[in-house]
Amino acid sequence: MTATFDPPAPRAPVAAPDRPGRLSRAVVHGWVMTRRNLLHAVRSPAEPLLTLFIPLMMVLVFGFVFGEGMAHPGTGGADGFRAFLMPGIFVMAMLYSVSATATGVSMDSSRAVIGRFRSMPMAASALLTGRAAADMLRALLETAVLVGCGLLIGWRWEGTAVEAVQAIGLLLLFRFAMTWVGIYLGLVTSDPDVVGLIVYPLAFPLGVVSTTFTPPELMPGVLGAVAEWNPVSSVVNAMRELFGNPGVGGDSWVAAHPVLMAVLWPLAILAVCVPPALARFRNLSR
Amino acid sequence: MDDPVITATALRKRNGATRALDGFDLAVPRGAVLALLGPNGAGKTTAVEILATLRRADSGRACVAGFDVAREPDRVRERIGLAGQYAAVDELLTGRANLVMFGRLNGLGAAAARRRADELLERFALTEAAGRRVDGYSGGMRRRLDLAASLTRDPQVLFLDEPTTGLDPRSRNGVWESVRDLVGAGTTVLLTTQYLEEADRLADRIAVLDSGAVIAEGTADELKSRIGGDQIDVVAAGAGDLGAIAAVAARISGASPQVRTDERRVSVAVSVSARIGVLGGILRELDAAGLEVEDIGVRRPTLDDVFLGLTGRAGADAPAGAERHETEEVSA
Repeated sequence: MTATFDPPAPRAPVAAPDRPGRLSRAVVHGWVMTRRNLLHAVRSPAEPLLTLFIPLMMVLVFGFVFGEGMAHPGTGGADGFRAFLMPGIFVMAMLYSVSATATGVSMDSSRAVIGRFRSMPMAASALLTGRAAADMLRALLETAVLVGCGLLIGWRWEGTAVEAVQAIGLLLLFRFAMTWVGIYLGLVTSDPDVVGLIVYPLAFPLGVVSTTFTPPELMPGVLGAVAEWNPVSSVVNAMRELFGNPGVGGDSWVAAHPVLMAVLWPLAILAVCVPPALARFRNLSR
Repeated sequence: MDDPVITATALRKRNGATRALDGFDLAVPRGAVLALLGPNGAGKTTAVEILATLRRADSGRACVAGFDVAREPDRVRERIGLAGQYAAVDELLTGRANLVMFGRLNGLGAAAARRRADELLERFALTEAAGRRVDGYSGGMRRRLDLAASLTRDPQVLFLDEPTTGLDPRSRNGVWESVRDLVGAGTTVLLTTQYLEEADRLADRIAVLDSGAVIAEGTADELKSRIGGDQIDVVAAGAGDLGAIAAVAARISGASPQVRTDERRVSVAVSVSARIGVLGGILRELDAAGLEVEDIGVRRPTLDDVFLGLTGRAGADAPAGAERHETEEVSA
């Protein structure tokens, strides 16, 4: 190359980029992305409000429209059924949140802005940790609204405050596992319009073939067994036990250890979903 | 070229069945503005994506700002900015929130990121729109915000992927001005474009890309002289004089003229050093012979001519407007 160049204008010295440790960078960037996701929710509130609308509708439909008809010996009348129902509604709300998480992740990975994130010295984990953290904060808010709604319709926790906090803790652990299911689904499904829709046919049977509405012994053989071992049932049963609400009883081992299972199931789900989600994320657009 | 800040050696990358890059070599000196010019599908965007660490090459090697893009991507990312045709900003956030977010991700503290955001908003005339959501911005505003976002931490190297594609002429001029300001500050810029005019206006070096490889590289003038220097065009007032004018042009220039009857135009090639003398000679001879001309002038070849000369195909799907504009300007 023989061409000559004008000497470049003297460059103002640029401070050497700070190189904070990996962990502090991951934390700061995770927080920046959490704020971004929360701002999204605040600036387009339709989606979070709709997500909350579904469990509230279920309280009305199952608690009042079907309430008297769905009561069973374990619950007594409609009031008892509503106390029986509320823990199930909490868990349903967390289950359907998979859709919001998956849609958010899928939209992020199809947006052009991901290109800029990748061209920056950003902790790659921040996209996922920011999503998970923002979803957990949303889950706290949703839980508070649902607790308020439950108190309005006559649901109470009958046990100690510590047990009630433990019940909420199990609920949030389940939500955390669902967040990672959503992250994985969002990463493997490239079309954000589709991913929100595929969650419902997956979540609906999981929500219904469980102890949420009906004791398993009232279901036909196989369905009853599925309902007993359903992770949703374990979380619902554990919350009923800790809240002191009417439960479904049952003699099986899984029915007798709901709290243990409500810890083990989410951990198992996390063990299955997190590694492939991370691998998928690292391989995005390679 | 003692201090190239971007080097690429034998980069290859497949996109499915097509070879997006096929032996891509490039060296860009510090402080230069290099335009990667080529039609759609020539591999421009793939080249930028690899140099900006978004994708990995299948083979070959590339260094940017002293670091290998495959081995130390984070070091490269600390030193580059990327802006492009897709305006990669967060649509649901305000302009200001975008810049603060990108500043934080670029390693600035919260207060520094806010300060920097305000500076950039001011500089890109976005202060008034700073509090509005980006999905309400015009195309030009979005592109300016995108450019601002790539500058949150004074990059040593700035990649601009088709920075003005799809913009109206006024917004395009705005982006060009911003880029020229940056270049004044010593930033090395690699821009891709399919607008021949854009490369000519902004870049001090041009690499012509075709089918995933650089087929020619040099200054705009070098590329133009490579396809045969300047030419003198004479447009006759009457079609009847064309033969006589062609004879004069041939005698003075010593080259064989091309005659386009439909345009009443006679063209002869001249070397850059001889063009003024030849032009004067032709004018005097025509005057002496009483041959009337409508127009006469020296025309430098356009980059469109360059692309045609190098590849045998017309260059780019650039809108007709951009090319016409260029012709007018060069012949003026």
